[in-house]
Amino acid sequence: MKRHALSTRLWHWLNLLCVVVLFMSGLTISNAHRRLYWGDWGFAPEQAWLAVPRFPDWMTIPGYYSLAVARDWHILMAWPYALGLLFMWVAMLANRHFVRDIATRRSEWRPAAIWRDVRAHLRLEFDHGAGKYNFLQKLAYGLVLGVFLPMMVLTGIAISPGMEPTFGWLVEAMGGRQSARSLHFIFAFALAGFFVVHVLLVLLSGPIGQMRAMISGGSQA
Amino acid sequence: MKRRNFLATLGAACVAGCNRVADSQPGQALLGAAEKWHESAHRLLTDRTALAPEYPRSAISPYFRGNGSTDPQTGGYPAHAEEGFANWRLTVGGLVETPLSLSMENIRRLPQRTQITRHDCVEGWSAIGEWTGPQLSLLLDAAGLREEARFIVFRCADNLNGQDYYESVDLIDAYHPQTIVAHRLNGEPLPIRNGAPLRMRIERQLGYKHAKYLTGIEAVASLDDIGLGKGGYWEDRAGYQWYAGI
Repeated sequence: MKRHALSTRLWHWLNLLCVVVLFMSGLTISNAHRRLYWGDWGFAPEQAWLAVPRFPDWMTIPGYYSLAVARDWHILMAWPYALGLLFMWVAMLANRHFVRDIATRRSEWRPAAIWRDVRAHLRLEFDHGAGKYNFLQKLAYGLVLGVFLPMMVLTGIAISPGMEPTFGWLVEAMGGRQSARSLHFIFAFALAGFFVVHVLLVLLSGPIGQMRAMISGGSQA
Repeated sequence: MKRRNFLATLGAACVAGCNRVADSQPGQALLGAAEKWHESAHRLLTDRTALAPEYPRSAISPYFRGNGSTDPQTGGYPAHAEEGFANWRLTVGGLVETPLSLSMENIRRLPQRTQITRHDCVEGWSAIGEWTGPQLSLLLDAAGLREEARFIVFRCADNLNGQDYYESVDLIDAYHPQTIVAHRLNGEPLPIRNGAPLRMRIERQLGYKHAKYLTGIEAVASLDDIGLGKGGYWEDRAGYQWYAGI
């Protein structure tokens, strides 16, 4: 029995590539207009809720300021990203990975149980039964797969003027196009935050075994 | 500091990889194709006459930002501005049965459409304004489009960095009900900053398609021989995609 299904491993690495290129090209797009607004419209400093710093070139694709090239990359990688996410959801519902490993049970939401998990994390104790996720892991993966990643697609669609005649309800649900743009930015940085913690915890919990498990599947001890 | 160096190295590797792909022939083709997939998806999901949202008066922005050319100094433009655009002409030509040359008065006497819409710049900002003008379809039908016509090119009076501004759309967007030749913004004649005396409104696409300082409308069979061949000033100059619906 493998620790990670083939579909999970394929999607994981495809998604990493997509997210990195989308994030870095997204930083160039952010540099094109470094203010965020709520509502339908906004263009001037007095309407902004956030003045975004300029991201240095080394963080961006293409590594120098070109809105056109950054948009090309963003628009290309949106396809494997969105279709990959759809594939992962179909796969993990079909092979029961979601129900078995990620969905939480009511008993796990008890404050005492959550507190026990937090303390175990802080003590860097990661031994909680091979192949089983604890509550915080389930919550993190559930949020990323169920909210953060899909919201990037939905907020992205809502920013696109060509989609609006059909998806006007989506733009409205988000509070207007500039709100959708702000949410796109917020969820991108929520994902970046997850990425940092995720990599850190892999490094702290035996990176070689973890990497092997996500590449070859590894074996369940 | 070390971690930052590590991240910077990874970032640089990713950038270098992407740039190698983008510089290669297949990479170029792939990036262009992705844009086409989006355009096809948009066309598939959205009816060709489906409208961009229109807003109530209360949603209008306090002023309407202008960028790109905001006060053209080339050709006869300053002289036209001086006389309040009284002698401005708009030509409708190219692959048409009857070429037209219209005065501002001619344009104001046509049936008008007024719409309060949102303008989205490729850079990311948006502004809402009320635009008034005749539908482009009215002018195209009056001139009589020839069968070979595939695109409509918009010629402009402004010259940016040595090149005349121009833009183009396909016949789907040219005949879209919200595609108007606007001469009023928020009930006033168009300000110079926003394209006086005439500008296009292509409501389902980004701002760079909405050509300002409009002098001519030209029906063509192909965009290859117009400008540098990519269908618009920013497309030629900076590599923006011709389809600006994303």
